[in-house]
Amino acid sequence: MATLEIKDLHVEIDGKEILKGVNLTINTNEVHAIMGPNGTGKSTLASAIMGHPKYEVTQGEVLLDGENVLEMEVDERAQAGLFLAMQYPSEIAGVTNADFLRSAINARREEGDEISLMKFIKELDKTMEFLEMPEEMAQRYLNEGFSGGEKKRNEILQMMMIKPTFGILDEIDSGLDIDALKVVSKGINAMRGEGFGCLMITHYQRLLNYITPDYVHVMMQGKVVKSGGQELAQKLEAEGYEWIKAELGIEDTDTVTEEA
Amino acid sequence: MTVETKLALLVEEVRAFSQQHGEPQAFADFRANALQQAAELDLPKPDRTNISKWNFIDVATHTVESAAYASLDELPADVKAIIDAEAQQNLYIQRNNTPAFTRVSDALTAKGVIITDIQTAVRDHADLVEQYFMTTAVKVDEHKLTAYHAALVNGGVFVYVPRNVIVEEPIQVVFVHDNTEASLFNHVLIVAEQSSAVTYVETYISTVEEAKGQVNVVTEVIAKDNAQVTFGAVDNLTAGFTAYMNRRGHAERDAKIDWALGLMTSSDTIYENTTNLIGDNSTSDFKMATVGTGTQKLNFTTLIRQWGKNSDGQILKHGVMKDAAQSIFNGIGHIMHGGTKANAEQESRVLMLSEGARGDANPILLIDEDDVTAGHAASVGRVDPTQLYYLMSRGISQTEAERLVIHGFLAPVVTNLPIEGVKKQLTEVIERKVR
Repeated sequence: MATLEIKDLHVEIDGKEILKGVNLTINTNEVHAIMGPNGTGKSTLASAIMGHPKYEVTQGEVLLDGENVLEMEVDERAQAGLFLAMQYPSEIAGVTNADFLRSAINARREEGDEISLMKFIKELDKTMEFLEMPEEMAQRYLNEGFSGGEKKRNEILQMMMIKPTFGILDEIDSGLDIDALKVVSKGINAMRGEGFGCLMITHYQRLLNYITPDYVHVMMQGKVVKSGGQELAQKLEAEGYEWIKAELGIEDTDTVTEEA
Repeated sequence: MTVETKLALLVEEVRAFSQQHGEPQAFADFRANALQQAAELDLPKPDRTNISKWNFIDVATHTVESAAYASLDELPADVKAIIDAEAQQNLYIQRNNTPAFTRVSDALTAKGVIITDIQTAVRDHADLVEQYFMTTAVKVDEHKLTAYHAALVNGGVFVYVPRNVIVEEPIQVVFVHDNTEASLFNHVLIVAEQSSAVTYVETYISTVEEAKGQVNVVTEVIAKDNAQVTFGAVDNLTAGFTAYMNRRGHAERDAKIDWALGLMTSSDTIYENTTNLIGDNSTSDFKMATVGTGTQKLNFTTLIRQWGKNSDGQILKHGVMKDAAQSIFNGIGHIMHGGTKANAEQESRVLMLSEGARGDANPILLIDEDDVTAGHAASVGRVDPTQLYYLMSRGISQTEAERLVIHGFLAPVVTNLPIEGVKKQLTEVIERKVR
């Protein structure tokens, strides 16, 4: 079993504090969902864990099996087992999806022990078929000209090929039509198991109809303010966030604008 | 007022060099006369790059003596890694200033095709040399560097393709630089007679890391009526030269000159590429890719001048600047009066990978005729840090991420180069340069 521990995490962007002490522990074989209103720092949490250059951690730790990933470069975090499915994946012209994926897989292997082309293609074909992606997408340039849904599928394709220990999914469901949502969920569900833990960030309870979380957390004003099971998500869907504010005595302050 | 420059060689030395190589008297006079002009003429003025302080004159020595290659096995490993020399049917290798290996298929020789080093050409094909050597495409007295080149020519190659002859296999020329004292005053003269066709590829490789001399190369491509010349080059010389690379085309009626250039030399370099579309229906498609590194200064001036009616000029340039490299991409489409129905298009894209790198694109259209079409596109930008973050978030190192971005940025040029050999060589050279 592996553990991802977020301890008292404070994060600033351009000098403004967005995360104000997040605590969260995720084990493999668990799926956690983080919900919450816009601008409460959910995406900031995902980006800070992965090491986005714009986010500055001012306090706290993120431990992967006891190792502080905040001291690692972005690529080292990925190699240690983290994966972030991004809300707005970058487009890289001139680099094919297939070449990029092979580089990512080989980056985890020793020189001289690169994945064979045959094995790679076989696995890629199989995974793309599973995600109902047309074959030609392997040869298209990375995310270039992809629709919103294609980009999200492509994120899941990468996750399935790279096989991280922890997958963080930043609004993987936003803007997806129902068919795409089903496919994306199928991919995530296929990853579930002993060797995989998942943190899903979402605005919408609908995603949780397809991927049943073991834990649901609510974030407000830069903190996790409430945790529970699947039933918490259902209550949020039915009643909104006002009752939590009332229960915890949270007053609305100006919300932050989140960026990818 | 012109100030006379003190040149590296005296007239007597130039004449002695000429005599030593058994050149005809006329060529010795040509050199001596050019040297005189080099002293008086001004440097060229590449737009937006001030070269008045560049040292284009001093050489450690005019020529170095190198041993020829008895067989291709003797080629340095760096050369073998880039070129499959064994597979070349038509191959000329020059080592520093010495003709080191020549192989021309008998079939081509039987058809009258000439592929030879420039000094042999000056001796054995004096009539053709006299007719075309700096008479049609490039003139001696254009500026100090053309004149200096004419006076000091110490290498290069002559390719002559007779009327109606199609050279099926590319001609591969390799210029090996393995002596830090060497200066390369190479002259490449390609004459394609009416309705002939040839693909020529030249590769410059340094196997030493230091250079002290000059690179002053003049290339003349002359395509007569209905001839087709595809010219490929992979320049990969080391830092330390002051380099002037002039590659010029002269296309007559219905002729076509295409350029496929990978410009990866690490020295400060002025690249001047002009194609004159003289005849009606003549065309030129110019493609180049470059990667600038270190503190090198680069100027790429590409001009297609169109006199011919219905002529077509296409320029596509992509460049990546790393470290503190500085570059200017000048692109000029010039349609002359009378060139009705001509089309001139150009596109320049520059990507800067680091804070210290500089790149400027300067697209110019000069149109002296009404009934024409023309267009240009240019962009200059820095690498998007979120792109690198995205790639790195998949476990790819920063170096590898940059490598992917560079390959990706150059891909629209590299994958569309018309010569397979250049594509392969260039991909390998880029790989080595960005590693």
